[in-house]
Amino acid sequence: MTPLLEARRIDKSFGPVKVLHQVELSAYAGEVTALVGDNGAGKSTLVKCVGGIYPIDDGEILFDGRPVQVHSPRDAGELGVEIVYQDLALCDNLDIVQNMFLGRERRRGPLLDEDSMEELAERTLSSLSVRTVKSIRQQVSSLSGGQRQTVAIAKAVLWNSKVVILDEPTAALGVAQTAQVLELVRRLADTGLAVVLISHNMNDVFAVSDRIAALYLGRTAAQVKTADVTHAQVVELITSGRSGDLGLKNGVTP
Amino acid sequence: MNKVKELPGEAIVAATQSPSIGNSFLAYVQRVRGGDMGALPAVIGLVVLCAVFAAARPSFVTAINFANLFTQGAAITLIAMGLVFVLLLGEIDLSAGFASGVCAAVLAVTLTSAGLPWYVCVVAAILTGVLIGTVLGGLVAKVGIPSFVVTLAGFLAFQGLVLVLVDEGTNISIRNSVIVAIANRNLPPWLGWALYAVCVAVFAGVQLRRARSRAKRGLIADPMSLIAIRVGMLALFAGLAVFALNLERSRNPELVSLTGVPIVVPLILVLLVVWTLVLRRTGFGRHLYAVGGNAEAARRAGIPVDRIKIYAFVICSSMAAIGGIVAASRASSVDPNTGGSSVLLYAVGAAVIGGTSLFGGKGRVLDAVMGGAVVAVIENGMGLMGYGASVKYLVTGSVLLLAAGVDALARKRAAAAGLR
Repeated sequence: MTPLLEARRIDKSFGPVKVLHQVELSAYAGEVTALVGDNGAGKSTLVKCVGGIYPIDDGEILFDGRPVQVHSPRDAGELGVEIVYQDLALCDNLDIVQNMFLGRERRRGPLLDEDSMEELAERTLSSLSVRTVKSIRQQVSSLSGGQRQTVAIAKAVLWNSKVVILDEPTAALGVAQTAQVLELVRRLADTGLAVVLISHNMNDVFAVSDRIAALYLGRTAAQVKTADVTHAQVVELITSGRSGDLGLKNGVTP
Repeated sequence: MNKVKELPGEAIVAATQSPSIGNSFLAYVQRVRGGDMGALPAVIGLVVLCAVFAAARPSFVTAINFANLFTQGAAITLIAMGLVFVLLLGEIDLSAGFASGVCAAVLAVTLTSAGLPWYVCVVAAILTGVLIGTVLGGLVAKVGIPSFVVTLAGFLAFQGLVLVLVDEGTNISIRNSVIVAIANRNLPPWLGWALYAVCVAVFAGVQLRRARSRAKRGLIADPMSLIAIRVGMLALFAGLAVFALNLERSRNPELVSLTGVPIVVPLILVLLVVWTLVLRRTGFGRHLYAVGGNAEAARRAGIPVDRIKIYAFVICSSMAAIGGIVAASRASSVDPNTGGSSVLLYAVGAAVIGGTSLFGGKGRVLDAVMGGAVVAVIENGMGLMGYGASVKYLVTGSVLLLAAGVDALARKRAAAAGLR
């Protein structure tokens, strides 16, 4: 099976600091791939490289087996790669519909086609079984953290996207809201999307992921199936880059 | 659409509120208590001020004074309407007053010294505004100088520019009948009523059409009763205004009759409708709000933030130009003080009093008109009471501070209510 999105031997430096060394990542359609690693392991940098925000120094990105060039967020969007950032990027003073269509509004002549946008937003939210918001015309400022995360995710899937990358979607949420968002993540994969979930939380990772990619100090420590590893092994991969047969063979010094 | 399957069962996004007058009213009360007051303070202020002045000076409620309010407040209202665009971004334009002066001076010079036809001069004045806005916006967006500093520099430099244009302080008088008519003439009474009928009919038509098309798509539409109330209110108040303005207000009716809606009223109305449409119904307007609400989110959504900022400054300065033309028309002359002294602060005050936030992301063009009315009433009423400039400045300064305070407190309150 070819991965829908694959990053091969990615190198990335910021000035003298090399952040990514020959990093590999594969994400498959219909699966949740958890991207784990300690702070500073390079998770967010890798995602931003894939999303076209940072140019890569070396390596290649393949989409559905074809090598592609991603120079801007727009390129990524055209391929169907959407990233939901940690800091959500929603406008508080706009309502849910306006946020979901921000920058890609539907127009009828010179004016906005509000009704068709509202209809489509409502259909998307229902298809994601979002049932907690009172009205999709309420301002985002009045939503809870979980609801905002849901809106951000719904915004990402509205665009015929094929790959959705979520940067720590549950980091700031309570228990019930976390469960809600994880359920949504699982549902996205079940509908055929390739989902990449960046997370620190082992419980979340084991709850929803099919595969785990562990980064250690800017290197890919291992890419494994979630079913093949234990909690402890993943923690070891994150903290020392190796666990038994898994992980980096040659010792890496920080 | 997308690849997400429709899942059975729990697809409930629809509003739990049924659309009725009662619920609409409750929702409004909730918004106000949550700190989103819109133009409510301006409306209350207007009613209180009018009541006070009417009680203290019976001449305040005469037909001639009512008409005066419109022509007195027009220039400031027009400048304030433009300022709303810049304020929506969370920026400020301190140079708008003298920008209007520069544009008025350009109008006067091209009209008198160059002797060009009036329409060429008007276009020249507005293009001067566009140029000023482009330069200011470019410096703010592309170079990255804070708008406060850029426009403060503009505030000083444009004063100098006005002096240069009017030859170090001479007074250029304007005799062109068309230009003078803008702020000094009235529509014939029948045209006032015709305009009134068109406005009410169009407003009702737009509301009905929107409700019908939303209902057809199964979206929540405003109930008929609410639409009827809105249209009725507009018809009532606009009707009263047109009636009052059509009363004879000449001191000597046999000699010269003075009736009708001042020409500045339709001018302001047209600009109000156009800019409201731009803000609420176009992509540019949506992006302007987005940049004001969260510039980073707007950038990530692919919105050209710099370009939006420049456009906002261009609109602001162009509206200042139109304000300058009206001011020149009213005074029938341009001097070094046109657009100077308190014009800018009155205009900023008008926008803020009307409910436009100084923090960006919240405001409407209608706010500027409401606030402009408050400023005009203060200026006019204080004059009738016989107070001098000193008291006027003190009162207007206090009102501006009060409005900004209300804005800041509303924001705090909204944060407490979890609305921001």
